[in-house]
Amino acid sequence: MTSSVKTLRDAINEALHQEMERDPTVIVMGEEVSGGAGCAGEDDAYGGVFGVTKGLMPKFGRGRVIDTPITESAIVGAAAGAANTGLRPVAELMFVDFVGVCYDQIFNQAAKFRYMFGGKSKTPMVIRGTCGAGLRAGAQHSAMMHPVLTHVPGLKVVMPSNAYDAKGLMLTAIRDDDPVMFLEHKLLYETSCEVPDEMYTIPFGQANFLREGDDVTIVALSAMVHRAVAVADKLAKEGIFCDVIDPRTTSPLDKEAILESVEVTGRLVVVDEANERHSFASDLAGIVAEEAFSSLRAPIRKVTAPHAPVPFAPSLEDAYMPSEARIEQAVRSILGA
Amino acid sequence: MSYSADFLLSAYRTMQTIRMFEERCTLEFEAGNIPGFVHVSDGQEAVAVGVCSQLSDADIIGSTHRGHGHCIAKGCDVIGMMKEIMGKADGLCKGKGGSMHIADIDKGMLGANAIVGGGPPLVNGAALSAKTLGTGTVAVSFNGDGSSNQGTVMEALNLASVLKLPHIFIFENNGYGEGTSADYAVAGDIAGRAAAFNMPAEKIDGLDFFAVYEAMQRAIKHAQAGKGPYAIEASVVRFGGHFIGDPMRYRGKDEIKKARQNQDCLKIFRARVTKEKLLSKKAMDQVDIEVAELIESAVAQALASPQPTIDQLMVDVYCSY
Repeated sequence: MTSSVKTLRDAINEALHQEMERDPTVIVMGEEVSGGAGCAGEDDAYGGVFGVTKGLMPKFGRGRVIDTPITESAIVGAAAGAANTGLRPVAELMFVDFVGVCYDQIFNQAAKFRYMFGGKSKTPMVIRGTCGAGLRAGAQHSAMMHPVLTHVPGLKVVMPSNAYDAKGLMLTAIRDDDPVMFLEHKLLYETSCEVPDEMYTIPFGQANFLREGDDVTIVALSAMVHRAVAVADKLAKEGIFCDVIDPRTTSPLDKEAILESVEVTGRLVVVDEANERHSFASDLAGIVAEEAFSSLRAPIRKVTAPHAPVPFAPSLEDAYMPSEARIEQAVRSILGA
Repeated sequence: MSYSADFLLSAYRTMQTIRMFEERCTLEFEAGNIPGFVHVSDGQEAVAVGVCSQLSDADIIGSTHRGHGHCIAKGCDVIGMMKEIMGKADGLCKGKGGSMHIADIDKGMLGANAIVGGGPPLVNGAALSAKTLGTGTVAVSFNGDGSSNQGTVMEALNLASVLKLPHIFIFENNGYGEGTSADYAVAGDIAGRAAAFNMPAEKIDGLDFFAVYEAMQRAIKHAQAGKGPYAIEASVVRFGGHFIGDPMRYRGKDEIKKARQNQDCLKIFRARVTKEKLLSKKAMDQVDIEVAELIESAVAQALASPQPTIDQLMVDVYCSY
């Protein structure tokens, strides 16, 4: 059993390489997933604009790694139709914000087929999308989108926070028979950790505890997990110990792990980069208030983005995203209450 | 082109099944036995059967909200369909889909689609599977004149052409997108649009079973040869409204009455096969009797079936959760 330090990008790339080798029905499709189609320059010119699908086309050919025109509805629709008829497509939305363009094919079609057709069909497709702010990409390339997607029955939503989780969750996603939205935060592609070389899976609906403590429960998603951990480590020096929980998947959600933690700590802070209204933070706060009310010793705190589009100017974008300072302030505000 | 008597009688049977099924749906809906919204396709039978009679279970079709005819033509169980439309537990989709989402993937019927233009992107996917897995099958999308304006349809035409997919686009131009005429809403020409995406595109008389059959033959040959997509625009007539209960104020005086006299594809078929001595009146009359019995039985069984029990509400949201 060997492993090495890999970036989140390379971990996903490895998962795709290995699974495409193992299962000939897996195909990749999207804009610039290889790049250079029909052009005079290099083949595999991009391998995905963030490099996640690099090397797949030279290895598996254009029959299995398909560069598409810029047509999200056609791409996602084709993935859904192919999934129902024998393939396991991994389609890409270059930026998950583009889900607005193809939302019908996800929400009305793929997510609902199994139910509407009485259980006879299955849609084993994965849609990868880059999410999140922090790269000054502006309002239309920086959204989170998981609140809208988690809301949809029939869809699963996965948000890895690190390279190790990313590889295991991607393998689970491809092998899952339901449609999966796999959201990769732009700020996480360069982060790295030890990742096994062999294939392994991480089940959906199983949260990961990055830190443990009896004083406060901090639940965080995606890139915010790292900020939550940094805050927890700082507070630990003062003798304040936090459970830091990364749900890894918002649908299905490991509700039990979170409720068990709150039953001990009585204090919950949810860190979610989505806009405040109808965020995952709001959803989780509602669940915990309803199901662990008697355990709560303080109000639930949500640390989210404000009710505004993502600004372009660096000063504003940095203020938009939940910062370590805001997370710390939220935790302190409910201590000893 | 020669046709066997067996084949022609079978085609007639299927068209008559659609006609009687749709007319009965209208009656049952008006009697209060069908919940929700229903869009029937009586008048458009020749296209459904001219196309689907050449397809196997492995060939995939995607349909519109007006999907009963395509479903029947594709070989789906008529009794199961009537049960589904009435929302019964043993319906084709266990009562979970209804008229607008009627489907049977085992018969290659990827589903009626309540979203106008929702089908072609999915059918591209079925065609992609056929091409990638080397099955030699084709995928067919049924589209209306109304959907020809949706962006998704243009995207699907383009992608099918770019990836050379074995996708046959059938456009049934019945002259109306809901209550608005195609003359008003469709700029230019539907077949012309498809042709602009670099595929052969024919315009045919959709009331003529034989014209449909022969155009579809050409399309299948093209697609199976790996040459990519093909489009057929067929002009048809729908006798009914956009939905059952549509007062149809937008249609001309006596328009439907005249259509039933002069533009009934079943009458046209019967006239031709009789004149050319391809089928006997006796044989077709016998089919009429048998189909009527089948529909009667389907309705009786569907009325007698129960609706799904509440424990079915949360079943099949996912494969596993």
